[in-house]
Amino acid sequence: MQNLALKNSVQKNIAQKTQTPLTDYLLRLGDSALVLGQRHAQLCGKAPALEEEMALMNVGLDLFGQARNWLGYAAELIAAEGGGSQHKIDADHLAFRRDAHDFRNLLIAEQPNGDFADIMGRQFLFDAWHVHLLDGLAESSDPRIAEVAAKSLKEATYHLRRSSEWVIRLGDGTEESHTRMQRALNNLWQFTGELLQTDEIDQAMIEAGIAPDPETIAARWKATVEEVLEEATLERPSYDAWMYTGGKVGHHTEHLGFLLAEMQYLPRTYPDATVW
Amino acid sequence: MYAQLVETGSNKLKTLDEMSPEERQFQERINDEIKIEPKNWMPDAYRKTLIRQISQHAHSEIVGMLPEGNWLTRAPTLKRKLQLMAKIQDEAGHGLYLYSAMETLGADRDEEIDKLHDGRAKYSSIFNYPTLNWADMGTIGWLVDGAAIVNQVPLQRTSYGPYARAMIRVCKEESFHQRQGYQILLTMMQEGTDDQKAMVQDSINRFWWPSLMMFGPSDENSPNSAQSMAWKIKRHSNDELRQRFLDQTVPQLELLGCTAPDPDLKYNEETGHYEFGEIDWQEFFDVVKGNGPCNRERVEARRSAIDNGAWVREAAVAYAAKRQRRAA
Repeated sequence: MQNLALKNSVQKNIAQKTQTPLTDYLLRLGDSALVLGQRHAQLCGKAPALEEEMALMNVGLDLFGQARNWLGYAAELIAAEGGGSQHKIDADHLAFRRDAHDFRNLLIAEQPNGDFADIMGRQFLFDAWHVHLLDGLAESSDPRIAEVAAKSLKEATYHLRRSSEWVIRLGDGTEESHTRMQRALNNLWQFTGELLQTDEIDQAMIEAGIAPDPETIAARWKATVEEVLEEATLERPSYDAWMYTGGKVGHHTEHLGFLLAEMQYLPRTYPDATVW
Repeated sequence: MYAQLVETGSNKLKTLDEMSPEERQFQERINDEIKIEPKNWMPDAYRKTLIRQISQHAHSEIVGMLPEGNWLTRAPTLKRKLQLMAKIQDEAGHGLYLYSAMETLGADRDEEIDKLHDGRAKYSSIFNYPTLNWADMGTIGWLVDGAAIVNQVPLQRTSYGPYARAMIRVCKEESFHQRQGYQILLTMMQEGTDDQKAMVQDSINRFWWPSLMMFGPSDENSPNSAQSMAWKIKRHSNDELRQRFLDQTVPQLELLGCTAPDPDLKYNEETGHYEFGEIDWQEFFDVVKGNGPCNRERVEARRSAIDNGAWVREAAVAYAAKRQRRAA
């Protein structure tokens, strides 16, 4: 499946000639944080309690900050390779001027908010992966990546604590919350395969000592998920279930186009505006 | 973000001689600038007035998240998105401080929020205006937070201790937001395109008068002010604060290179103050009564957030109870 997706992937990247496995890898990290942050931005004023209003903005803010760091590094590398000669390449350019097929975020990050169980389920499945990945990346052979990962890890650890607690509360709360949480989990599960999938770009990063061993990440992710779901009295869908993948190579669900249309409209409507 | 029109239930002040011994002792404490604390005796009307004012203030913080939240997904750069999100998060925090301060008076947060949702409680009229372009995020920071600060700085010395202390924290963050807002406008005016400059002027045209209305009715039309001032809940009259705001804001407007939508605005050399045109009080009272451009939308948004979240809160309560049983 992943090879098929790779073969069919639209090779029309922002800096086609200069995009390296490293920049692609950074875009994956940055885009997932950016897109998930954008889902949080959509939640402003809609939380079930004031405390959650703050928490959702807080998590979104962390994710946008991480996106800015990853994309900023990617932009520097692309610019250094002479990419994007027509425009100044910076984090904003990458965030606001690329189309969906150039985005490299995980599909789980772009899933719609739905109800609070969908939001927390999405966050938990992502956080459980994110924490372990960042923990590995903090030891990266690329010092810049190690630095950003170490900072992001502190934030992601807090995010995981919160999302785990909510999955447990909803799973082991009322009958209604249990039903909703289980449904959310079942619906989101098909996007978890992508978290654990390794393709050519990941492989290149692993060989360079930039990215951590995927087997370890997968094992830790599974352990975290199993522990929390058990405490939450929720049933874990099968690891062998069919998995929907493609985000990492620019093949997204139908949701991303709308998300970007909203997010990018100002820079696109006013292309001459260089500062805001 | 504050309270605009607060009923005190009295338009006539009692003299010290007319007061009961308790009331008199209370008033003397206030006159001596000693803070009133939650366990101190206080007249029922003082308690009720403060509950109304602090809850209105808290509601304003929460409803005030909506017009800005409207642009959070569309902020044009990552830096602006981060700033706006941090600001909205601060506002939720201000709401929480204020509800806590209000609860020291014996009021219940959920009951007061219910009043907001069924129209019995007010919030600042400014949040009933729509945010129609990106520059509104700058203008709200500059004018709306600016007006809020002018109102809130004296509240740091308000007679009720918990409210005064909440204001000290709130004011620090608000001043930061105001500078950020002004910076958004300054950047667009000094380095932006003609389209961006037009956005700024359009935004100022729409928010200028509503910002001046944030100080509440004119003094001759504020029957509750005398009592609030005697209790030192309020420290300055509405018109005094409005004038102070205008005097500090007009030079900032000029620095932007923008104009106010007020042909009567001019500097008076003799008084050293800016003079301005007549506020549309009909519009003000309409908005306060619930008939502004976004009143229905704002309240509906808050109500549906709480209603749709009921099952989440019930789950949290049920889970906490289970845990407690298991621990026992």
